[in-house]
Amino acid sequence: MAKPKSADIEIKSFADHHVITQPNPLRKVLRRVPEEDLDDPVARAEKALAGLSGEFKNWMAIESDRLAAAYAAVVKNGFNDVTSEELFRAAHDIKGDAATFGFPSAAAAAESLCRIIEHAPELGDVPPQLITHHINAIQAIVSERTKLDTVSTANELSRKLRGLADQYLVLVNRDRPEHLEAVLAPSIVPAD
Amino acid sequence: MFRIDFNKLRFLVCDDNPHMRRILRTLLHSFGAREVYESEDGATALEMYTHYVPDIVITDWAMPIFDGLELSQMIRQPESKGNPYAPIIMLTGHSEKRRVTVARDAGVTEFLAKPISAKGLYQRILNVVANPRPFIKTKTYFGPDRRRNTSNTYIGAERRVGGEMEVMQQPSLLDKARTSI
Repeated sequence: MAKPKSADIEIKSFADHHVITQPNPLRKVLRRVPEEDLDDPVARAEKALAGLSGEFKNWMAIESDRLAAAYAAVVKNGFNDVTSEELFRAAHDIKGDAATFGFPSAAAAAESLCRIIEHAPELGDVPPQLITHHINAIQAIVSERTKLDTVSTANELSRKLRGLADQYLVLVNRDRPEHLEAVLAPSIVPAD
Repeated sequence: MFRIDFNKLRFLVCDDNPHMRRILRTLLHSFGAREVYESEDGATALEMYTHYVPDIVITDWAMPIFDGLELSQMIRQPESKGNPYAPIIMLTGHSEKRRVTVARDAGVTEFLAKPISAKGLYQRILNVVANPRPFIKTKTYFGPDRRRNTSNTYIGAERRVGGEMEVMQQPSLLDKARTSI
Protein backbone atom coordinates (compact mmCIF):
# COMPACT_ATOMS: atom_id res chain seq x y z
CA MET A 1 0.00 0.00 0.00
CA ALA A 2 1.64 3.18 -1.15
CA LYS A 3 1.53 6.30 0.94
CA PRO A 4 -1.86 7.90 0.23
CA LYS A 5 -1.93 11.02 -1.87
CA SER A 6 -2.48 14.10 0.24
CA ALA A 7 -5.58 15.01 -1.76
CA ASP A 8 -7.23 11.77 -0.61
CA ILE A 9 -6.67 12.54 3.03
CA GLU A 10 -9.13 14.60 5.02
CA ILE A 11 -7.89 16.12 8.24
CA LYS A 12 -10.11 17.68 10.88
CA SER A 13 -8.13 19.74 13.31
CA PHE A 14 -9.23 20.23 16.89
CA ALA A 15 -7.68 22.00 19.84
CA ASP A 16 -5.37 19.18 20.81
CA HIS A 17 -5.67 16.58 18.09
CA HIS A 18 -6.19 15.90 14.39
CA VAL A 19 -8.59 13.30 13.04
CA ILE A 20 -7.28 11.95 9.76
CA THR A 21 -9.53 10.01 7.43
CA GLN A 22 -8.98 8.69 3.96
CA PRO A 23 -10.95 6.51 1.56
CA ASN A 24 -10.36 2.88 2.50
CA PRO A 25 -7.16 2.06 0.60
CA LEU A 26 -7.91 -1.67 0.78
CA ARG A 27 -11.49 -1.41 -0.44
CA LYS A 28 -10.47 -2.82 -3.80
CA VAL A 29 -9.69 -6.22 -2.27
CA LEU A 30 -13.16 -6.65 -0.77
CA ARG A 31 -15.53 -8.69 -2.91
CA ARG A 32 -19.21 -9.32 -2.24
CA VAL A 33 -20.18 -12.97 -2.57
CA PRO A 34 -23.53 -14.70 -2.21
CA GLU A 35 -24.37 -16.02 1.26
CA GLU A 36 -24.31 -19.56 -0.10
CA ASP A 37 -20.72 -19.18 -1.29
CA LEU A 38 -19.01 -22.45 -0.41
CA ASP A 39 -15.45 -21.21 -0.41
CA ASP A 40 -14.18 -21.20 3.17
CA PRO A 41 -10.69 -19.71 3.46
CA VAL A 42 -10.49 -20.50 7.18
CA ALA A 43 -11.23 -24.18 6.62
CA ARG A 44 -8.71 -24.19 3.78
CA ALA A 45 -6.07 -22.70 6.08
CA GLU A 46 -6.86 -25.14 8.88
CA LYS A 47 -6.43 -27.99 6.44
CA ALA A 48 -3.09 -26.56 5.32
CA LEU A 49 -2.03 -26.22 8.96
CA ALA A 50 -3.01 -29.84 9.59
CA GLY A 51 -0.78 -30.72 6.67
CA LEU A 52 2.14 -29.22 8.55
CA SER A 53 1.37 -31.08 11.75
CA GLY A 54 3.73 -33.94 10.90
CA GLU A 55 6.57 -31.52 11.60
CA PHE A 56 5.25 -30.17 14.88
CA LYS A 57 6.84 -32.76 17.17
CA ASN A 58 10.25 -32.12 15.64
CA TRP A 59 9.77 -28.35 15.90
CA MET A 60 8.74 -28.71 19.52
CA ALA A 61 11.84 -30.78 20.24
CA ILE A 62 13.99 -28.03 18.71
CA GLU A 63 12.30 -25.39 20.87
CA SER A 64 12.70 -27.57 23.97
CA ASP A 65 16.40 -28.14 23.24
CA ARG A 66 16.86 -24.39 22.81
CA LEU A 67 15.31 -23.83 26.23
CA ALA A 68 17.59 -26.45 27.80
CA ALA A 69 20.63 -24.83 26.16
CA ALA A 70 19.58 -21.42 27.42
CA TYR A 71 19.27 -22.77 30.94
CA ALA A 72 22.62 -24.56 30.66
CA ALA A 73 24.15 -21.16 29.86
CA VAL A 74 22.51 -19.72 32.98
CA VAL A 75 23.90 -22.54 35.12
CA LYS A 76 27.36 -22.00 33.65
CA ASN A 77 27.50 -18.19 33.61
CA GLY A 78 24.79 -17.12 36.02
CA PHE A 79 22.00 -14.69 35.21
CA ASN A 80 23.17 -11.73 33.17
CA ASP A 81 21.51 -9.66 30.44
CA VAL A 82 22.41 -12.13 27.70
CA THR A 83 21.55 -15.38 29.48
CA SER A 84 18.35 -14.01 31.02
CA GLU A 85 17.20 -12.64 27.66
CA GLU A 86 17.82 -15.92 25.85
CA LEU A 87 16.10 -17.95 28.57
CA PHE A 88 13.11 -15.63 28.37
CA ARG A 89 12.97 -15.75 24.58
CA ALA A 90 13.17 -19.53 24.50
CA ALA A 91 10.40 -19.86 27.10
CA HIS A 92 8.34 -17.14 25.45
CA ASP A 93 8.49 -18.88 22.07
CA ILE A 94 7.31 -22.13 23.64
CA LYS A 95 4.53 -20.25 25.39
CA GLY A 96 3.38 -18.94 22.01
CA ASP A 97 4.00 -21.96 19.80
CA ALA A 98 3.51 -25.08 21.88
CA ALA A 99 -0.28 -25.12 21.86
CA THR A 100 -0.29 -24.80 18.07
CA PHE A 101 2.15 -27.72 17.95
CA GLY A 102 -0.16 -29.84 20.11
CA PHE A 103 1.59 -29.34 23.46
CA PRO A 104 -0.69 -27.00 25.44
CA SER A 105 0.70 -28.15 28.79
CA ALA A 106 4.21 -27.21 27.68
CA ALA A 107 2.84 -23.79 26.73
CA ALA A 108 1.33 -23.40 30.20
CA ALA A 109 4.58 -24.39 31.94
CA ALA A 110 6.53 -22.02 29.68
CA GLU A 111 4.13 -19.20 30.51
CA SER A 112 4.73 -19.83 34.19
CA LEU A 113 8.49 -19.70 33.61
CA CYS A 114 8.14 -16.45 31.65
CA ARG A 115 6.25 -14.90 34.57
CA ILE A 116 9.05 -15.83 36.95
CA ILE A 117 11.69 -14.29 34.67
CA GLU A 118 9.61 -11.18 34.11
CA HIS A 119 8.44 -10.51 37.66
CA ALA A 120 11.10 -11.88 40.03
CA PRO A 121 12.90 -8.88 41.56
CA GLU A 122 16.28 -10.67 41.35
CA LEU A 123 16.62 -13.74 39.15
CA GLY A 124 19.67 -14.82 41.10
CA ASP A 125 17.51 -15.09 44.22
CA VAL A 126 14.88 -17.36 42.66
CA PRO A 127 15.14 -20.84 44.16
CA PRO A 128 17.01 -22.78 41.45
CA GLN A 129 14.65 -25.74 41.80
CA LEU A 130 11.71 -23.58 40.77
CA ILE A 131 13.32 -22.84 37.43
CA THR A 132 14.80 -26.33 37.01
CA HIS A 133 11.40 -27.94 37.59
CA HIS A 134 9.87 -25.81 34.84
CA ILE A 135 12.65 -26.71 32.38
CA ASN A 136 12.46 -30.40 33.25
CA ALA A 137 8.66 -30.41 33.04
CA ILE A 138 8.67 -28.86 29.56
CA GLN A 139 11.25 -31.35 28.35
CA ALA A 140 9.33 -34.27 29.86
CA ILE A 141 6.03 -33.13 28.34
CA VAL A 142 7.66 -32.90 24.93
CA SER A 143 9.56 -36.17 25.07
CA GLU A 144 6.82 -38.25 26.72
CA ARG A 145 3.91 -37.06 24.64
CA THR A 146 3.57 -40.22 22.60
CA LYS A 147 2.96 -42.31 25.71
CA LEU A 148 -0.60 -42.96 26.76
CA ASP A 149 -2.14 -41.20 29.79
CA THR A 150 0.46 -38.43 29.79
CA VAL A 151 -1.95 -35.64 28.91
CA SER A 152 -3.65 -35.42 32.28
CA THR A 153 -0.30 -35.80 34.04
CA ALA A 154 1.14 -32.99 31.94
CA ASN A 155 -1.83 -30.75 32.71
CA GLU A 156 -1.54 -31.45 36.41
CA LEU A 157 2.20 -30.84 36.35
CA SER A 158 1.82 -27.48 34.60
CA ARG A 159 -0.98 -26.46 36.94
CA LYS A 160 1.08 -27.25 40.03
CA LEU A 161 4.14 -25.44 38.68
CA ARG A 162 2.03 -22.37 37.97
CA GLY A 163 0.66 -22.50 41.51
CA LEU A 164 4.15 -22.66 43.00
CA ALA A 165 5.44 -19.90 40.74
CA ASP A 166 2.50 -17.63 41.56
CA GLN A 167 2.93 -18.28 45.28
CA TYR A 168 6.59 -17.25 45.00
CA LEU A 169 5.87 -14.19 42.85
CA VAL A 170 3.15 -12.91 45.17
CA LEU A 171 5.52 -13.27 48.12
CA VAL A 172 8.52 -11.50 46.56
CA ASN A 173 6.43 -8.75 44.98
CA ARG A 174 4.42 -7.85 48.06
CA ASP A 175 6.14 -4.43 48.14
CA ARG A 176 6.05 -3.94 44.36
CA PRO A 177 2.41 -3.13 43.59
CA GLU A 178 2.90 -2.79 39.84
CA HIS A 179 4.35 -6.28 39.55
CA LEU A 180 1.91 -7.72 42.03
CA GLU A 181 -0.99 -6.38 40.01
CA ALA A 182 0.47 -7.89 36.83
CA VAL A 183 1.03 -11.23 38.55
CA LEU A 184 -2.53 -11.36 39.84
CA ALA A 185 -4.21 -10.00 36.71
CA PRO A 186 -6.03 -12.50 34.54
CA SER A 187 -4.94 -12.94 30.94
CA ILE A 188 -7.11 -10.56 28.93
CA VAL A 189 -6.76 -10.32 25.18
CA PRO A 190 -9.24 -9.70 22.37
CA ALA A 191 -11.00 -13.00 21.88
CA ASP A 192 -10.61 -14.92 18.64
CA MET B 1 -21.19 -11.40 2.67
CA PHE B 2 -17.72 -10.17 1.82
CA ARG B 3 -14.57 -12.05 0.94
CA ILE B 4 -11.06 -10.73 0.67
CA ASP B 5 -9.09 -11.10 -2.54
CA PHE B 6 -5.93 -12.11 -0.77
CA ASN B 7 -4.08 -12.38 -4.07
CA LYS B 8 -4.24 -8.58 -4.32
CA LEU B 9 -2.70 -8.03 -0.89
CA ARG B 10 0.96 -7.76 0.00
CA PHE B 11 1.99 -8.92 3.46
CA LEU B 12 5.08 -8.33 5.54
CA VAL B 13 5.57 -10.93 8.27
CA CYS B 14 8.09 -10.27 11.01
CA ASP B 15 8.90 -12.99 13.56
CA ASP B 16 12.25 -14.23 14.79
CA ASN B 17 10.96 -17.78 15.16
CA PRO B 18 11.28 -19.72 11.88
CA HIS B 19 8.52 -22.16 12.84
CA MET B 20 6.05 -19.36 13.42
CA ARG B 21 7.04 -17.73 10.13
CA ARG B 22 6.39 -21.02 8.36
CA ILE B 23 2.96 -21.29 9.99
CA LEU B 24 2.07 -17.73 9.09
CA ARG B 25 3.24 -18.22 5.51
CA THR B 26 1.18 -21.40 5.25
CA LEU B 27 -1.94 -19.71 6.58
CA LEU B 28 -1.59 -16.63 4.38
CA HIS B 29 -0.90 -18.67 1.24
CA SER B 30 -3.88 -20.89 1.92
CA PHE B 31 -6.06 -17.80 2.37
CA GLY B 32 -4.95 -16.97 -1.18
CA ALA B 33 -2.09 -14.51 -0.61
CA ARG B 34 0.74 -14.62 -3.11
CA GLU B 35 3.01 -11.87 -1.88
CA VAL B 36 4.29 -12.64 1.60
CA TYR B 37 7.61 -11.10 2.58
CA GLU B 38 9.36 -12.27 5.73
CA SER B 39 11.91 -10.87 8.12
CA GLU B 40 13.32 -12.21 11.36
CA ASP B 41 14.00 -8.93 13.15
CA GLY B 42 12.57 -5.46 13.39
CA ALA B 43 15.43 -3.69 11.62
CA THR B 44 15.17 -5.86 8.51
CA ALA B 45 11.40 -5.55 8.63
CA LEU B 46 11.65 -1.76 8.55
CA GLU B 47 13.89 -1.91 5.48
CA MET B 48 11.50 -4.34 3.80
CA TYR B 49 8.57 -2.14 4.75
CA THR B 50 10.08 0.77 2.86
CA HIS B 51 11.16 -1.38 -0.06
CA TYR B 52 8.12 -3.61 -0.63
CA VAL B 53 5.41 -1.22 0.62
CA PRO B 54 3.18 -3.93 2.09
CA ASP B 55 -0.57 -3.53 2.56
CA ILE B 56 -0.58 -5.27 5.94
CA VAL B 57 2.17 -5.89 8.50
CA ILE B 58 2.00 -8.87 10.86
CA THR B 59 4.63 -8.66 13.56
CA ASP B 60 5.74 -10.50 16.65
CA TRP B 61 6.54 -8.43 19.74
CA ALA B 62 9.70 -9.98 21.24
CA MET B 63 12.47 -9.93 18.63
CA PRO B 64 16.16 -9.13 18.46
CA ILE B 65 17.73 -5.80 17.35
CA PHE B 66 14.48 -3.93 17.77
CA ASP B 67 11.19 -5.45 18.63
CA GLY B 68 7.72 -5.35 17.16
CA LEU B 69 6.70 -2.48 19.37
CA GLU B 70 9.59 -0.34 18.15
CA LEU B 71 8.88 -1.40 14.58
CA SER B 72 5.29 -0.18 14.98
CA GLN B 73 6.47 3.12 16.42
CA MET B 74 8.88 3.61 13.52
CA ILE B 75 6.22 2.86 10.94
CA ARG B 76 3.82 5.30 12.64
CA GLN B 77 5.89 8.37 11.88
CA PRO B 78 3.59 10.87 10.16
CA GLU B 79 6.46 12.74 8.54
CA SER B 80 8.24 9.64 7.24
CA LYS B 81 8.71 8.92 3.56
CA GLY B 82 7.05 5.54 3.95
CA ASN B 83 3.35 4.94 4.47
CA PRO B 84 2.53 5.53 8.15
CA TYR B 85 -1.04 4.26 7.79
CA ALA B 86 -0.57 0.56 6.97
CA PRO B 87 -2.50 -1.76 9.29
CA ILE B 88 -0.27 -3.50 11.83
CA ILE B 89 -1.39 -6.77 13.40
CA MET B 90 0.65 -7.69 16.45
CA LEU B 91 0.82 -11.45 16.88
CA THR B 92 2.45 -12.21 20.19
CA GLY B 93 2.87 -14.62 23.05
CA HIS B 94 2.24 -11.74 25.43
CA SER B 95 -1.27 -12.03 26.77
CA GLU B 96 -1.54 -9.52 29.60
CA LYS B 97 -3.94 -6.60 29.44
CA ARG B 98 -1.21 -4.04 30.00
CA ARG B 99 0.62 -5.41 26.93
CA VAL B 100 -2.48 -4.88 24.81
CA THR B 101 -2.61 -1.30 26.03
CA VAL B 102 1.07 -0.68 25.31
CA ALA B 103 0.72 -2.14 21.81
CA ARG B 104 -2.36 -0.03 21.17
CA ASP B 105 -0.49 3.10 22.28
CA ALA B 106 2.34 2.28 19.86
CA GLY B 107 -0.12 2.46 16.97
CA VAL B 108 -0.85 -1.24 16.54
CA THR B 109 -4.13 -1.77 14.70
CA GLU B 110 -5.04 -5.26 15.92
CA PHE B 111 -3.69 -7.50 18.67
CA LEU B 112 -3.71 -11.28 18.29
CA ALA B 113 -2.44 -13.44 21.13
CA LYS B 114 -0.75 -16.73 20.41
CA PRO B 115 -1.53 -19.58 20.03
CA ILE B 116 -2.41 -18.60 16.51
CA SER B 117 -5.53 -19.90 14.80
CA ALA B 118 -6.60 -19.62 11.19
CA LYS B 119 -9.89 -18.09 12.30
CA GLY B 120 -8.27 -15.52 14.58
CA LEU B 121 -5.83 -14.39 11.91
CA TYR B 122 -8.52 -14.23 9.21
CA GLN B 123 -10.80 -12.15 11.43
CA ARG B 124 -8.06 -9.66 12.24
CA ILE B 125 -7.20 -9.28 8.55
CA LEU B 126 -10.87 -8.93 7.61
CA ASN B 127 -11.27 -6.27 10.26
CA VAL B 128 -8.36 -4.12 9.09
CA VAL B 129 -9.45 -4.45 5.47
CA ALA B 130 -13.18 -3.87 5.91
CA ASN B 131 -13.28 -1.55 8.92
CA PRO B 132 -10.32 0.82 8.86
CA ARG B 133 -10.42 3.36 11.67
CA PRO B 134 -9.53 7.04 11.24
CA PHE B 135 -6.08 8.07 12.41
CA ILE B 136 -5.55 10.35 15.37
CA LYS B 137 -2.59 12.66 15.75
CA THR B 138 -1.85 14.29 19.08
CA LYS B 139 1.37 15.54 20.65
CA THR B 140 2.11 12.06 21.94
CA TYR B 141 0.27 9.69 19.62
CA PHE B 142 -0.11 8.94 15.93
CA GLY B 143 -2.08 5.88 14.95
CA PRO B 144 -5.50 4.35 14.47
CA ASP B 145 -8.26 5.75 16.64
CA ARG B 146 -8.00 3.94 19.94
CA ARG B 147 -11.70 4.40 20.54
CA ARG B 148 -13.35 1.53 18.78
CA ASN B 149 -16.80 2.35 20.08
CA THR B 150 -18.65 5.42 21.26
CA SER B 151 -20.22 5.10 24.66
CA ASN B 152 -23.23 7.15 25.72
CA THR B 153 -22.71 6.05 29.31
CA TYR B 154 -19.12 7.30 29.67
CA ILE B 155 -18.89 9.59 32.70
CA GLY B 156 -15.16 10.42 32.99
CA ALA B 157 -13.29 13.52 31.88
CA GLU B 158 -12.89 13.97 28.12
CA ARG B 159 -9.23 13.66 27.18
CA ARG B 160 -9.73 15.12 23.73
CA VAL B 161 -10.73 18.77 23.55
CA GLY B 162 -12.91 20.15 20.78
CA GLY B 163 -12.88 23.64 19.24
CA GLU B 164 -11.82 23.42 15.65
CA MET B 165 -8.54 25.24 14.94
CA GLU B 166 -9.22 27.97 17.45
CA VAL B 167 -6.47 27.00 19.82
CA MET B 168 -4.05 25.09 17.67
CA GLN B 169 -1.77 27.51 15.86
CA GLN B 170 0.13 25.11 13.67
CA PRO B 171 -1.16 24.37 10.16
CA SER B 172 -2.89 21.07 9.62
CA LEU B 173 -1.08 18.20 7.96
CA LEU B 174 -3.32 18.66 4.94
CA ASP B 175 -2.32 22.31 4.60
CA LYS B 176 1.31 21.38 4.90
CA ALA B 177 0.89 18.64 2.33
CA ARG B 178 -0.90 21.00 -0.06
CA THR B 179 1.71 23.70 0.18
CA SER B 180 4.48 21.21 -0.48
CA ILE B 181 2.93 20.07 -3.80
